[in-house]
Amino acid sequence: MFRFLSGFGSYWMLMSKVFSKPEKPSIYYRQTMKELVSLGLRSIGIVTIISFFMGAVITLQTAYNTENPIYPSYLIGLGARDSIILEFSSTIVALILAGKVGSNIASEIGTMRVTEQIDALELMGVNSASYIILPKVVATVLFNPFLTLISIITGIMGGLIVGTAADVVTSQAYIYGIQYAFIPYYITYSLIKTVIFAFIITTVSAHQGYNVEGGSLEVGRASTKAVVYSSVTLLLFNVILTQLLLS
Amino acid sequence: MIRAEHISKSFGDRKVLTDISALFEPGKTNLIIGKSGSGKTVFLKCLVGLLEVDEGKIWYNDVLFTGLDFHGRKEIRKQMGMLFQGSALFDSMSVEENVRFPLDMFTSMSSEEKLERVNFCLGRVNIINSNKLFPSELSGGMKKRVAIARAIALKPRFLFCDEPNSGLDPKTSIVIDELIREITVELNMTTIVNTHDMNSVMENGEKIIFIEEGEKCWEGNRNEILKSDCRILNDFVFANSLARQLKESSK
Repeated sequence: MFRFLSGFGSYWMLMSKVFSKPEKPSIYYRQTMKELVSLGLRSIGIVTIISFFMGAVITLQTAYNTENPIYPSYLIGLGARDSIILEFSSTIVALILAGKVGSNIASEIGTMRVTEQIDALELMGVNSASYIILPKVVATVLFNPFLTLISIITGIMGGLIVGTAADVVTSQAYIYGIQYAFIPYYITYSLIKTVIFAFIITTVSAHQGYNVEGGSLEVGRASTKAVVYSSVTLLLFNVILTQLLLS
Repeated sequence: MIRAEHISKSFGDRKVLTDISALFEPGKTNLIIGKSGSGKTVFLKCLVGLLEVDEGKIWYNDVLFTGLDFHGRKEIRKQMGMLFQGSALFDSMSVEENVRFPLDMFTSMSSEEKLERVNFCLGRVNIINSNKLFPSELSGGMKKRVAIARAIALKPRFLFCDEPNSGLDPKTSIVIDELIREITVELNMTTIVNTHDMNSVMENGEKIIFIEEGEKCWEGNRNEILKSDCRILNDFVFANSLARQLKESSK
């Protein structure tokens, strides 16, 4: 309990340093652009591949579980659409990004800590927490909603391509299904969750990396902890946000 | 000038520094020597404010550094440069970007002026035609020299070097020592060097402080060290037979 409270306190102390006024906004802007490429653009590939196949599997599973003449086949498209928008493209993609981006952030910052690069920044009079972490937070919070949209589109496309190729649904029925009883708010709900998940992944992982003490072994441990803590926090917030936004 | 008064520092129950006082003068290369684990690096980190002292005061000229908050220290830190043991170059930046970083952060110089300053600093440490290389492409000696170039980019008044010769061959060590000494005189800086390299002690020791188990045991210069009767100091400095012969011959 004491460890949890002390970790929680140190997290908020770090956040107060991160969200202080930037020393030179132009430098922060440049850093944010670099992070957009490193954390955002370089995640498009994995998000696209995983979303395509998950969309395909969701469609196939929905089809095999609704093999009944009573159910119209367009329900396969509808089921796949809602599963992808409501849960897969926000939460599951966030969990995947917690693994990819979270470990990347924790190991990068942890290595900077053990090789005294953070000390070098502090010694120059630079707010190291803000300089290193704020651009990452801004980049992921801005870019992850695009990843979610890419995931939604790719997932639904995956369902269409594989569903029709496996002959479990016709393209007309699938397309009719994804348009049927569409609630635009579900997209908003998904994007709100994505923004909050992006903040959690980045800040929890950065906190683990920033407080590394020791050497490469501890950097590895921090990287693992970053993924575990950000995933658990993310799942907890998923429950809270679902209740708040959909009730 | 940097003045440390009665500095003490503990980590939990372990006392690392006990009541250390010292005066470091400008234009001189001041050395802190001692065994590994004697508290040299902790003392240096206390002086620059990377670690908070438990007791004691640190003055930078007439400013009480230990009494300042983050923003107050920031002004003094702009006058500091530091060479870390592992160089601490930013991995994601090229040599040029590393040296330009403090200029980007704290000056309103134009790009041309910055580039001119970067090239001057790199030239001063004999790094030529390597602007676009990354730290992973540099040798240990080159990394140290780039780190010195970055440290002097803002023309600091105080330079701190934590074991600048660690991991370097004797010849490169001498080059780094000479560079630190020359730059100190050129910029009239107060330079403090942590070392246990005896070549550095004999070459650069204009003022030497010897720390043993967190306590200051001896203070003097490279000439006085040869005549010292301090047993612990002699055991450390004249650890090998060649050094002992040198001491005998100096008597």
